[in-house]
Amino acid sequence: MSSPVVKLVAQRVALGILLLLAVSVLIFAGTQILPGDVAQAILGQSATPESLANLREQLGLNQPAYIRYFHWLGGVLTGDLGTAMSSGQDIATSIKERLWNTLFLAFWAAIVAIPLAITLGLIAVRYRNGWVDKMISGVALASTSFPEFFIGYLLVFYFAVQHQWFPAISTVYAGMSLGERLQAIALPAAALTLVVLAHMMRMTRAAILNVMQSAYVETAELKGLSAFAVIRKHAFPNAIAPIINVVMLNLAYLVVGVVVVEVIFVYPGMGQYLVDHVTKRDVPVVQAVGLIFAAVYIALNIIADIAAIVANPRLRHPK
Amino acid sequence: MADSKANSGRLLDIRNLRIEATVYPPGEAPKTITLVHDVSLTLEKGKVLGLIGESGAGKSTIGLSSMGYGRGGVRITGGEVILNGRDILKGGREGLRKLRGREVCYVAQSAAAAFNPAHRLMDQVVEATLLHGTATRAEAEKRAVALFRKLSLPNPETIGERFPHQVSGGQLQRVMTAMALCSEPDLIVFDEPTTALDVTTQIDVLAAIKDAIRDTHVAALYITHDLAVVAQVADEIMVLRHGRLVEWGGTRQIIKEPRQEYTNALVSVHEIEHNEQQPGTTPMLSVKNVTAAYGGGLVKVLKNVSVDIHPGQTLAVVGESGSGKSTLARAITGLLPPEQGSVFFDGRTLGNRLSDRPKEDLRQLQMIYQMADVAMNPRQTVGTIIGRPLEFYFGMRGRERDKRVAELLDQIEMGKGFIDRYPAELSGGQKQRVCIARSLAAKPKLIICDEVTSALDPLVAHGILKLLLNLQQIEKVAYLFITHDLATVKSIADSIAVMYRGEVVRYGSKSKVLAPPFDAYTDLLLSSVPEMEIGWLEKAIAGRRMESAGN
Repeated sequence: MSSPVVKLVAQRVALGILLLLAVSVLIFAGTQILPGDVAQAILGQSATPESLANLREQLGLNQPAYIRYFHWLGGVLTGDLGTAMSSGQDIATSIKERLWNTLFLAFWAAIVAIPLAITLGLIAVRYRNGWVDKMISGVALASTSFPEFFIGYLLVFYFAVQHQWFPAISTVYAGMSLGERLQAIALPAAALTLVVLAHMMRMTRAAILNVMQSAYVETAELKGLSAFAVIRKHAFPNAIAPIINVVMLNLAYLVVGVVVVEVIFVYPGMGQYLVDHVTKRDVPVVQAVGLIFAAVYIALNIIADIAAIVANPRLRHPK
Repeated sequence: MADSKANSGRLLDIRNLRIEATVYPPGEAPKTITLVHDVSLTLEKGKVLGLIGESGAGKSTIGLSSMGYGRGGVRITGGEVILNGRDILKGGREGLRKLRGREVCYVAQSAAAAFNPAHRLMDQVVEATLLHGTATRAEAEKRAVALFRKLSLPNPETIGERFPHQVSGGQLQRVMTAMALCSEPDLIVFDEPTTALDVTTQIDVLAAIKDAIRDTHVAALYITHDLAVVAQVADEIMVLRHGRLVEWGGTRQIIKEPRQEYTNALVSVHEIEHNEQQPGTTPMLSVKNVTAAYGGGLVKVLKNVSVDIHPGQTLAVVGESGSGKSTLARAITGLLPPEQGSVFFDGRTLGNRLSDRPKEDLRQLQMIYQMADVAMNPRQTVGTIIGRPLEFYFGMRGRERDKRVAELLDQIEMGKGFIDRYPAELSGGQKQRVCIARSLAAKPKLIICDEVTSALDPLVAHGILKLLLNLQQIEKVAYLFITHDLATVKSIADSIAVMYRGEVVRYGSKSKVLAPPFDAYTDLLLSSVPEMEIGWLEKAIAGRRMESAGN
């Protein structure tokens, strides 16, 4: 790897870390501004002023906000996300398993959705403005336009209730084999795929159509390449940067936007965990989950940037 | 087939070719226009036929029809294209795919755009050969390296590993020729292969193409608008206009004894009468020791440049791309403030920055650009465009302004009827005339003309140059004429500055600059301008003293 690429990548990573720090400040400040008092929330209506004061002292709530922030940040950096107030459990331990579940679901949804979206995009370009193109776009747009809970319940109704091919509730637990796990997540993964498909497909189509006017595409046609080979070999590599960007945005959505789907299928992932603790006003958990979501989002966007840089031959092979 | 036996030496036979396209004019119903009207041509094996004409003549369209290809919505609607004894238009899509890249190959005008930026050159050069299965990869690569060597590319063994952006324009054009030759086709279509190159690079590429054609015995259709260029490589020349055949004959006959008036006009295009004016005592604008750079002083593009422009006279600045010609214009107009040195106008110093200059100074210096169509607001009418400087500088309104616009339109030899037209409704030459009228409207003392005729066809460019000279006589306006075309310089300049890598290497009155003894660079530049003479190329190559900058 040559120096401009290394420099650009280092820049992006540094920017990403700065951004993440800024987000952590925002998250911390946001939860401070929220009305209500943690000690009050824990002790409830029956709290005496003495017990409130004691608990505040114990939780360090009497210290100024910036000290509490650095305390919290230091903990995060050493892997200590604090303790959940509602259950008293260590947040890091509970999150670990759920994060893994969420990533597992996102991974399998992505494995299906990304190649499918890109292939459909390529086919749509090949038969552009014809009925194949219109059908692909129509179906993909329709599936995106339906709300995810609607698609979710539709899938449950058809595949779980009527045909009983897949379970309606995606329970996973330690000791399940990969096959069993895959069967359990089939329906939520399908729902997620349908949600993100159209966006990526449309972007692939638009990005490739954009370069189809180029002189090098004509050169390829005049070499006698078939229409599909021209698109795949000569147009696609030059349209890769915008495609990667939209793919990464959708990957991020698969991780941080799964809340509704996880709730529908009662899947023990991050979304479910977040929703549970928001209702319980468990601020440390909300902070931790928010930070992890932000980190995932930023990391994927950095990866998209870096991939776009690396995909550019002018940067990879300077003069 | 008795017919094909009788013509066993015949490679390509196009009969009554008719090509149409559907256009969608805004606000009107789509209509079909005919681009090529029943043109016929034949080409023997190993011969070169030059197709010449201005833009819109149908040259490229006819050339591409030999591969059964229509650009955009262009359709071949009539006639036959007989290649190697069969009508390729009847072979269907599969038949066309089999001949493209194997029997017929294509060399595009801009190799820089025609190579895929994402792939290495070698992969692109051997792609067609491998696709059609005429050689293994190793054989094809060996052939490619041999072709790189024949086309005198530097490092023929390793240049294939590079990406297109790592190779210069002139070299890319030669790699593209190698790409066309690699699958050993019977016919190559060269579509303006040297038009986008600098004049000193053009001569190298032209010589390389000519040698390659001779050594490989491939036949070629050579498309260009430059008769002097095609005279160097073609056996026969076909002159086209508006999609119709004008004249077809041997190269010598076409350039020496043209039978049609239009051909004659093409041959004699560069001759303009202009008597050189002697410089007066005090220059109107002088550039003194100007040094300018981009990127905060990192890339020096002008080095200690000094030139003078006298009232009512023309200074031509010539040089290749990257020599700093346009940067000089930017420094004079204040768009790029010089790092050192100053610009004096009418005996006083001009502000370095555009924002430091009063409106009156802005009025005195006007510009005309190469691309007339992007220099005008497409949503304004000609009247608004020309009227704008009248309002801005002189505060003219209403009838007074309209009267002046009509006068200006008259001066540029366009009638009042154009006032309500939009730029999109004008031809390239008309657009440039409107830009001239717009600059004249400010009544400037100096107009900077940046490659104003480069994008135009020779005959249209000729008209623009004549107009500029006439206007100079009437309005006493001075021109700073930036160009890479030495023929233009010879016809209109009073003094000349030759630029090379940011420096003025030769400067003086036209007669002095164009008289020997020459410095090495001016000699190279002058000797590289194609002359309408058979055998000029070989003489020019033999007589060179300096390598061109493209190598």
